[in-house]
Order: sequence, then C-alpha cells, then structure tokens
Amino acid sequence: MNGHRGFSVLRSEAAGAVRTALVSAENLQLTLKTELSQEEQHLTPHTHTNGGPDETHTKGYCTEVNEDLKEMLESNKESLKLEAMKRVVGLIAKGKNASELFPAVVKNVASKNIELKKLVYVYLVRYAEEQQDLALLSISTFQRALKDPNQLIRASALRVLSSIRVPIIVPIMMLAIKEAASDMSPYVRKTSAHAIQKLYSLDQDQKELLIEVIEKLLKDKSTLVAGSVVMAFEEVCPDRIDLIHKNYRKLCNLLVDVEEWGQVVIISMLTRYARTQFTSPWKEDGVFDEHNERAFYESDEEKTRDETEAKPYMMDPDHRLLLRNTKPLLQSRNTAVVMSVAQLYWHLAPKNEVSIVTKSLVRLLRSHREVQYIVLQNIATMSIQRKGMFEPYMKSFYVRSTDATHIKSLKLEILTSLANEANISTILREFQTYVKSQDKQFAAGTIQAIGRCATNISEVTDTCLNGLVLLLSNRDETVVAESVVVIRKLLQIQPTQHSDIIKHMAKLFDNITVPMARASILWLMGEYCERVPKIAPDVLRKMAKSFTSEEDIVKLQIVNLAAKLYLTNSKQTKLLTQYILNLGKYDQNYDIRDRTRFIRQLIVPNDKNGALSKYAHRILLAPKPAPVLESAYKDRDRYQLGTLSHTINTKASGYLELSDWPAVAPDQSVRNVEVIEPVKEWAPSLGKTGKSKPAKSSDDKFYSDSGEEEEEEEKGSGSSSSEDGSSSSSSSEESGSDAESHVQKNSSQSSEESDKSSSQSEKSSSESDSEKKERKTKTPLQKKTVKPTAKDGDSDENGNVAKEANSSSAGESSSDSESDSDTHTDSDSGTEHKKKTKSKAKPKVEVKSKKEVSLLDLGDFTPAPVTQHKSSVLSPSLLGDLEGLSLSNVSSTIQLSGPAFVPEKSHDLLHRMTGKGLSAQYQFPRQPCLYQPTMVSVQISLTNTTDHPLEQIHIGDRSPTGLNIHCFNTIECLEPEASVTVFIGIDFNDSTQAANFQLCTKEDHFSVSIQPAIGELLLPITMTELDFRKVR
Amino acid sequence: MINSLFLINPSGEMFLEKHWKSVVSRSVCDYFLEAKEKALEPEDVPPVIHTPHHYLISIYRDKLFFLSVIQTEVPPLFVIEFLHRVAEMIQDYFGECSETVVKDHMVMVYELLEEMLDNGFPLATESNVLKEMIRPPTILRSVVNTLTGTSNVGDTLLTGQLSTIPWRRAGVRYTNNEAYFDVVEEIDAILDQSGTTVFAEIQGVVEACVKLSGMPDLTLSFMNPRLLDDVSFHPCVRYKLWESERVLSFIPPDGNFTLMTYHVNAQNLVAIPVYVKQSISFFECGSDGRLDVTVGPKQTMGKTVEGVMVTVHLPKTILSINLTATQGSYTYDNGTKLLVWDIGKLNPQKLPNLRGSLSLQAGAPKPEENPSLNIDLKIQQLAISGLKVNRLDMFGEKYKPFKGVKYITKAGKFQVRT
Repeated sequence: MNGHRGFSVLRSEAAGAVRTALVSAENLQLTLKTELSQEEQHLTPHTHTNGGPDETHTKGYCTEVNEDLKEMLESNKESLKLEAMKRVVGLIAKGKNASELFPAVVKNVASKNIELKKLVYVYLVRYAEEQQDLALLSISTFQRALKDPNQLIRASALRVLSSIRVPIIVPIMMLAIKEAASDMSPYVRKTSAHAIQKLYSLDQDQKELLIEVIEKLLKDKSTLVAGSVVMAFEEVCPDRIDLIHKNYRKLCNLLVDVEEWGQVVIISMLTRYARTQFTSPWKEDGVFDEHNERAFYESDEEKTRDETEAKPYMMDPDHRLLLRNTKPLLQSRNTAVVMSVAQLYWHLAPKNEVSIVTKSLVRLLRSHREVQYIVLQNIATMSIQRKGMFEPYMKSFYVRSTDATHIKSLKLEILTSLANEANISTILREFQTYVKSQDKQFAAGTIQAIGRCATNISEVTDTCLNGLVLLLSNRDETVVAESVVVIRKLLQIQPTQHSDIIKHMAKLFDNITVPMARASILWLMGEYCERVPKIAPDVLRKMAKSFTSEEDIVKLQIVNLAAKLYLTNSKQTKLLTQYILNLGKYDQNYDIRDRTRFIRQLIVPNDKNGALSKYAHRILLAPKPAPVLESAYKDRDRYQLGTLSHTINTKASGYLELSDWPAVAPDQSVRNVEVIEPVKEWAPSLGKTGKSKPAKSSDDKFYSDSGEEEEEEEKGSGSSSSEDGSSSSSSSEESGSDAESHVQKNSSQSSEESDKSSSQSEKSSSESDSEKKERKTKTPLQKKTVKPTAKDGDSDENGNVAKEANSSSAGESSSDSESDSDTHTDSDSGTEHKKKTKSKAKPKVEVKSKKEVSLLDLGDFTPAPVTQHKSSVLSPSLLGDLEGLSLSNVSSTIQLSGPAFVPEKSHDLLHRMTGKGLSAQYQFPRQPCLYQPTMVSVQISLTNTTDHPLEQIHIGDRSPTGLNIHCFNTIECLEPEASVTVFIGIDFNDSTQAANFQLCTKEDHFSVSIQPAIGELLLPITMTELDFRKVR
Repeated sequence: MINSLFLINPSGEMFLEKHWKSVVSRSVCDYFLEAKEKALEPEDVPPVIHTPHHYLISIYRDKLFFLSVIQTEVPPLFVIEFLHRVAEMIQDYFGECSETVVKDHMVMVYELLEEMLDNGFPLATESNVLKEMIRPPTILRSVVNTLTGTSNVGDTLLTGQLSTIPWRRAGVRYTNNEAYFDVVEEIDAILDQSGTTVFAEIQGVVEACVKLSGMPDLTLSFMNPRLLDDVSFHPCVRYKLWESERVLSFIPPDGNFTLMTYHVNAQNLVAIPVYVKQSISFFECGSDGRLDVTVGPKQTMGKTVEGVMVTVHLPKTILSINLTATQGSYTYDNGTKLLVWDIGKLNPQKLPNLRGSLSLQAGAPKPEENPSLNIDLKIQQLAISGLKVNRLDMFGEKYKPFKGVKYITKAGKFQVRT
C-alpha cells in the first residue's frame, strides 16, 4: 500500500513537472519564433547554393531552404508535408543542420500518416537533445501512444520517448519503462529493455530503480526479451551476478532460439558468470592430456562420471549445460556468434574440448576481409598456447598475393607459431615464396618469421641462417636490412662458429643504407671484434669518415664500436676513437653527446674516474643475453578473446575483466529456482483476449465458483486419459522447455538425444514449470483454472509431504542427479519415478512435479493464498510500484466461467482412405488443458477400419517449428474395428495458424493438420460492464 | 554499442551519417582518413582504429567505407558483421550497393538504419521483417506513389518481429509455387610453379530462391552428406535434425536466401579443372621480358569450362606490353599494371594461348619475383565435390511446388604462383 501511494505521488509529480515544462515550452516557442524571424531577415541577403563547411554559410543556406520547408510543413496537404519531411531527413542524413525547423516539425508528431510520423520521430530523436524545451511538446503524444491497444504502437512510442535525451522527462521515462516491463507483449518488453540503457545513460541516478526492472525482465521467458535485457544488464549492473543465478539455466536453454545479436551478448555475459561460479576444469598438470582423455570420454554424460571416479574434480552440471547448449551455435551464419562461442570454449571448456571450435574458426576465414582480420588475431593468440589446435589446418593460413597487408602479417604470425620439427620444412618452403613477394613489407615480415623459427627449432637454425645470408645479396634494400637484423639476433644466440658471416656482412656494409641494418652490423663488429681483428678497425676508419652524415642510431653504434675497439685494440684505434668522440661531443643530438661523454669518461683513463675505468672492459664487453624472438601476440591472452580490448591490445573503456576460476565453487544451489516468481502474476496476458484479461494475483476470487465446476467437467471427460496424462507429465515438462527450441523438437523420439536432453530438461524442468505459469497468464482462457488448482493441491494437502521429501533428500548431492540422467529411459513408470527422486535434490522441482501429480488426484480445490507469492524475490517497493499500475485494479474482477456450450461436432483429422485404414477425428472439448496452461486441449478419436491390428500409433514430426504439442502416449496396438479416444494439448500460440503434425503408425506416417477456429482459443470469463470499460 | 555510422566514399567524403545515441562530431573520422591516407590500397586500412575517445570499426565494401563509431567495449566482430548486414541490406533493396544508389535513396536508407538499430543494438536485421516495414522501391510503386501520394512505409502492422519465426512473414501467397536451389562450389587453390597443388579446398554454398505460399516446411536431403565436413546454416535450419539424420529441415524465409555454406572434407582430393602452363621471364641484360601463358582443361568431369579469365598483377617496373591472344581478348591498365585476359569457353582441341613481350622501364632492375596468376572459371551443371541433392519434400501445405536444383562450380581464390 505504501508503495502504491508512493508511486502515485511520483506520478502526479511527474505530471506536474511536465505540465510546467510544457507551459514554459509554449512560451519559449513564441519567443523563439520572433528570434528566428529576426535572424532570418538578417540572413536572407546571403545567397549560397550549397552549404559549405563554413558555419555562417551553412546557416544562411539552411535558413533559406528552411523557409521553403517550413512553409511546406505548415501546409494542409499531407503530401507536401511528407515531401518536406523527406527533404529534412535528407539534410540530417547528410549531416547538415536542420534544427531550426524544430517547431514546424514537432507539430506533425501526431499526424495520422505513418510515414510522416516516422520521419518526424527520426527528426525528434536527432534534435531533441538540442531543443529540450520544444521537445517536451511532443511528450504527451507519446504518453498517449503508450496506452494504445496495439503493441507495435506502444513499442514504437516507448522507443522514441526513451530516445529523446531530455533530462526533465526522466520520471516519465521511468514510469513508462516500468509499465512496459510488465506489458503483455514481449515485443514491448523488449523495447523496455532497450529503454533501460537509454535512461541509464541519461541519468545514472536511476540505477537502483532500473536494476529492479532488469531483475524483473531477466525472469522473462520470451526469447525476444532475453538478448535485450542481458544487454541492459551488462550496461547497467554487470557486477550484479546474483541477479543471474536464478535465470542461468533458463538463459542457457533459451539461447538457441534467441536472435543472433542477443546470443552474442548472452554468451559473453555467461562466460563471465561461469568464471565466477564454477571451478576450473583444467588439470593442474598441463600434460595430462589430450590423447587418452579424448578416447575415453565418448559422450558428455560419461565424461562427467568417469571423471568423478578418476579425479576429485567434477564438472558442475550447470557448467556442462552451458557448454552443451552453446555448441550448436558454432554452426551459426553470424560470425560474431561463432566467435563468441569459440571464446566461451576457450575460456571455459576442459582443455581437450576446446579444439571443437577450430573448424568453425577456420571456416570464418572464408568470410569478409575484416572478419578474417579479427579471427586471425584471435587464432594468433590461441595458437601460441595451443599449437595442436590449428596445426591440421596449417594450409588454410597460407598467404595469397591478393590478401591485404594486415591479413598477410597475421597469417605469417600464425604459421610461425604453428611451426614445429615435423612441419618446419613445409613452412620454410612456403616462406621462401613469400620472401620473393613484391610486397616488400611482407617480405621483411617473412624474414623475421624465419628468424623466429630458427630460434624456436634448433634443427633448422643453420639452414635458416644460411638462407638469410643468401638474402643479403638480395637487390631489395628492406629485405637485406631485415636479414641483417635477424642474422644479428641469431648470431647472438650462437656466436662461436660464425665469424665468416660477420666478415661477409662487413663486406656488404658499404651497400647497405638502411640505418637499422647498418647499426646492427656495427654492433656485431664491436661485440665480436676479437673474431674479426683485421676488419673491425678498418670499418671504424670508414665510419669516422662518414660519421656526420649517418643517422643517429648508426652514430650511437659507431661510438660503441669505437669504445670497444679502443679497449681491445687500442694500439690501432686510439686516434680514431678520439676523433670520433670529438665528433660526438659536438653532435646536434643530445643522446649522442651524452653517450660520447659517458664513453669518454669510462674508457679514457684520467685522475678522477679511475674507479670505473678499471671495469670498462667488463662493462662494455660483458656477455649479453641473446634476444628472445617471440610473438607480438604473446601477452594478448590477458584479454578475453573476441573482445575489442584484445584487438587493440589495450583495455577499452567498459571492458569487464574475466575473473580467475574460484578455488572453491560457490554454492550451486543458488541457481535452483525455488520461488514461483510473482512476475507471472503480473505479466498481463497477450493476444486476442489480452486486453480484457490482465491477469493479477487475484487467484482467490478467480477460481472460487466457476473454477470449481469446470474442474468437475474436466474430471468427467478427462478421466479416461488421466492415467496417460499423469504418467507422461514428466515428459511434457521436459518438452515444456525444449519445445520452444525447434532444434530439439523431436528429442523425445530420437533416443540418441534423449539421454542428453533428459539431464538438461531435468534441470530445466523447473523453468518449464514456471514458464507454464508465465504462459498461462499470457494465454487466453481455458487453462486458467488448472494451474491454481495445482497450487492448492500442493499447499493444502501435499504441501507437507512435499516439504518432507525435500528435507529428507536435501542431502542428496547433485552428482547423483547427474549420473541418474544416464539411466533415464523412456519407459513411463521408470521415468516418472526417477524424475521424482531426482527432483528431490532440487526443492523447486519437487514441488512442481508433485503438483502435476496431485492435480489429478485431488477432488476439491481451494484457492491458493495470495500471500504466498508476495513473499518473493521482488523487492517490496517494486511490488508496491507495480500495484500502482492502472492495470491492476481491474483484474481482480475477472471471473472465469465454464463454456456455455460444447459442440458435438467433430472434424475429420485423417480419413480412412488416406490413412490406410486408420481414421481419426478431432473435436475441441473446450476444457482447460491439463498439460500446460497455454495449450488447447483437443480430443482425438482413432479408429482402426482395417482388418489387422495397427501398432504403435503416435505423433511424429510437427510443424511449424516450436509447435508445442503434448502428445498422447503411444498406442501399442489398436485392434481392427476398435477405436480409442485420446487427448492432446496443442499450443497454438494464440494464432489460428494450423498445427501440422504427423500421425504415425508402425509402418506409415500421415501428415495431418488441425486448424482451430478463433473461438476455440478463447476462455470465457464473466465481468461487469464497469470493469469491461475500465479494461478497454 | 554502435554509436554512429558514417558512409565514406574512396575520396574521403562523408555522404551519410546516422547517430543512434548522442551525436558524434564528424571530426572523429579524421583519424580514419589519416589511416586511409597511409594505406596503399583501401583494403589495407586497418578495420579497427583506436582514437583517444572512440574506437572506429570500419569495413570496405563495394568501393565504400562503412565506418562505425564505438565508445565502449563490444566484440569487434559484432560490429563488423552488422556493417556487412547493412551493406547487404542496401544491395537487397536497391539491387546494388554504391554511392549513387545510397544518395538516390537517402531517406529510405536512413529510415532502414533507424529500424535496424535501437540505441546501437540490432533490432531488425532480417530482410523479411524490414521489407514489411519499409517496402523496397519498384518502378511501378514509385509511379503509383507519385500519383496517389501513398508511401513506401508499410502501413499494415507488421507481425514478423513478433512471430517465433522472424525470418518468414505470414500470409505469403503465390500463384506459382516454386523452390529453386543453387549448389555453388568454389575451388580455392594455390598451385606452384610446376603445377603441383600446394593447397586446395572446396567451399560450397546452397543458395535458395523459395517462393511458396503459406507456411511450408521443407526437408532437403543429400545423396552423400558425408562429404560435408563443416557447415553453417541459416537460422531457419533445425540443427538437431542435421546432427541426427543429416537432412536439412526448415521453414524457409520468403524469397532469396543462403540456406547453408559448407566445406568439403579435407581428405578428399580436390579435382583441379584446369592446368596452366606459363613462363614469364625477364632477360638479365636488356630491359625486356617474355610472357607465355597457356590454359588447358584437366579434370572437368566431361563438362565444358566456361568464363575462364586470367588476371595478373604485373610488376610495377613494367613499361608496356605487347601480347597476342589466340583466343579471347586481353586488357591492360598501365596505371594499376593489371592484365586481364578474358578467354571465355575452353576448347580442348585448340588451347588458348597468350604470348608476347614485356618491356621494362629503362634502367629498372629485373623484377625478382614473377607475378602470380589469378584464375577465374565456371563450370555449369557440376558440383566438383560430387555433392548431390537427393530430394526435397514439403510438409504443411497442400499444393505441389515446382522444384529445381542447379549446380555450378567456380574458381574461388585460385592462384598460380610463377
């Protein structure tokens, strides 16, 4: 109540604020107009035909054009206005300023013409920030549209409203977001998730309130919403990991069906989540390894079990769930999705499983150049740590002459990382081609790569060195220079045997002009001057001559060489050295002057500094560590793969660190979903009857009278199938979560998948349950009654039992439940039993399955106490807020009534001629569906008109995808002339689209289709006229 | 996420800008233009540029730069993929993606961009959904529009975004129901001087053009699905069914789309349909060289090789060339040093040959590497990997559709080193 009041106060405040704002805006408009006209007068003399970059010119031009446009906008003709708006938007698109037209444009915000309206919206969003006061004029239009019965109009109103970056309307936006977050249409809820981010960037103070909305939207079961809300979560409160716990499994299960952009966001969020919640699957000793592991873990399930025996580490089933559910996405056509799955595996999967992403990453190399660039960068980082992953695909990294430069160098990088003793000869042969490339930058890169191979693989060091020496006679300067530098590095590693190479280089010295190369040769001379005692002083002599014309880097090396020679061979070089030091002393570059002074003090003995010069020899000619040639991508692994930060190798703003694995896994049970979220009570229903029936937590009134009798009716006709219904309820639950994902649509049939999906669905059964609840509210009718009765059953009679069961089995570890899933078979009773025992481990599930069962046993139903739901995750304040929403006060008066008339007419489903003797008829019994609240129950009578028994009658493939059918149990045998009546539940998704499925016998399958009349989708309710008006 | 988008032509003019959050000044593009100046070719501009306050991610496509401005961490591929979708969308709507087309349809492109992103996060990228909101222009419609004053913006309320299958719109009706599939395979290969294969692989794609009424549910199966090593699918394909039964089961989008792309098992040897005999040599002393190229059919599985084209990037030091072709014609651009020899159909009896002399700029040293040849070719009615479509079944609708499958083999990145 408090909350309620608080909220309405807030609202009136907001309304007040807007009112004042509007008034001031109106005044402002007036003043602005006069100003404008003055300005216009002032500027009209300017006649420019095009807007130049110059500010005044643009303005002059604009004003002139704007005069026309303004006239057009103010005309009465739609077509003129439209034309004008098109030109205005054209101006915006070209980046020209059209802000002066604001008053004229904003008047058209309420236009009837959709295109015009859209263009006005475009304009508004662009300029509202600059013309805040005027923008307020449009707000009331949007506020009205927010209440529109059409969901698309509501959504677009919210979209534009939230895009208007005017701080004064923050309260209005907040209100609109909250309202939209509980809208019945998932599309509107999606828009509200987007609006959250916009509001947050406008006003960070709203954070706490927004988090509450995010929390609520995270619970949403719609695939439309999931991606957007996770995006909002990442933007607003990425550190509130605790909000994810309860939704983790749901997100994993929904992932396949989320739109591709949402998938990217969700996967990256789940990667971070998993790193905080699960323990590392990586073995302590990195050697424990790929071969023997791979052989023995055939399937995922087995793997977990074996590991339990072998090692203390056991993968959390939720961890496994994530890996399993992301794997199919590797086949996505969206490269960003593939990359994000790849990075997820890289960061989360056991080492031996990471390689499944290889093929997909290599596939991406066929994509656009920019995609290649990013993927290659990531592969470069990966290949440093795990050569084995990409070695089989080495040839995919061969360079083509048509590749862009940055692609070439990345490929080179990867080839170098992949090189090992076995493939080095192939790679070197390939490198030989590259060195000859016309692209000299690339050739130089290749030489460096050869150098790296030579240091990494000692077998080929000599070969490489010889090859590089040959390159010294190359005609291209860059190639020679690069070779010199690389040779220098190589020689440093093993200096002993190579004095002839040094001599050779000394000979080449005159022809080399690249400073770096010259410097390298000089350094080599100095360092190994004792090996080339004759040549070195001669080189120094030459250098003394050309000292002044050298580059700085060369000069420094000349000074170095002089110093070293002075120390080793002072007889020959004393004068030369002094000459050079003198030259250096007066050099323009202070580095060189400093160096010269230092060297002089160090080597030329005098009185003051005797102490150091004693050690000069040791200082200058100390053995130096050889440089390590390593990849530029070596330390990129500190960034999460696939991120912008990884690409630019610096931390981008907003980069979220990937935490290290926790040593001890945090409580796993946090992910169990125990509470029936009150959200579902709030989420108003969707679809045709939506408006007339915004559901609320008013169960008490709801079922008291009419519910009762419907239940009775259902009992009567449904009893024949009650046995089937209960035994298969577990499977229905499973499909509850799965059915949405079309890929898993026939999981129950294909045995290969069944054991996979069973464990998954076990986990998700809780979700599917609550999903049902959610859907119930979304869907019209019929079902309304069922769910609450279930609740009663559990709270009244079975409540105690359930709780007991909970506590007794609370100790059962989740490992049990995991391994159980293996033995999960299709046999009905077995499954059911297992199901129950397993579910005990998770309290929530237990409660649910109990419900399903009790539903059919209980004769009397009393309403569930509302209070039970209130004690929920939602913060009281939000609850209060929500209560304040206008929708809520109506809903309490809705009463369900039984169908007034049930037609006897049945429709042909399958004619006996087409069905080869099997005929089927269906009718709508107009009862709430037992299986899921969103389903419509359909009664099917099957008759065998042949003279032999038909075996194994069941429902096979169905379409469209995602069609949720609760099948009847397979009829093992139908005798000739016998007939049987079965019930199925079909989720028509509130559409009149036909449900197509196959009716299968042992030998045949027949495609059949059920098209519901719209009336069959509705649920009758009773309401007063007053209420009806209100809802409208 | 994505803050702004700029379309920039090769000369550096920004001719369209769109902001989804606060307006970012154009001057941010200067960093990009700077990088563009530095790069020799437009392809060499780095896709990701780091500036003090923003990150610029760009793609170069169809002679246009699509530059997006980013402010916070976001997977770069996310942005790149989206930018390519924008380009594809323009292509899809107006038949081509070029500066003129965008300038002609400025407002419509702008409206499309508005629908594609909300606050920088992709909202509607499915072409089917977009086309429902904003109808693509046709000549007829533009005439009607000018006469009646109606517009291209859909006035019906769209449902595509709301449905569980966003890629297909409801209520599709055709008088002729037809479904065509093109299996297009590309050979990527690198041959070395002696003609031995350094590297070869086959990449395939199944392009579909489906015009079927209602909600058809199609199943496409292959004779030899084992050939396929790695696949990626349009979101409509049910992955689990592919996993278990190796069939493609899907409710197709309406119109043209890419159903799947695949990579053929690497173990299978790739048949190379043509061989190239070439010799390009430069004389040590004079500033002269010779070029002699012959192309002939190799493993063509009895089909004719068509559309053969040889492209050579000659060294920069070439002054002029003087060649004669026995078949087809050649063009040479002295500015870019690009030699294109368009051969056409390959006749096994009379092998096409191109020979003649090259003259170098006076005093220029002999180029030490010979240019590599890029080969283009086409073979109709053949999928070089041997992949065959077995059958196409339709469920869910009553009518009988026309069905057709076409096979084409093309050269992908087919390069001969010399």
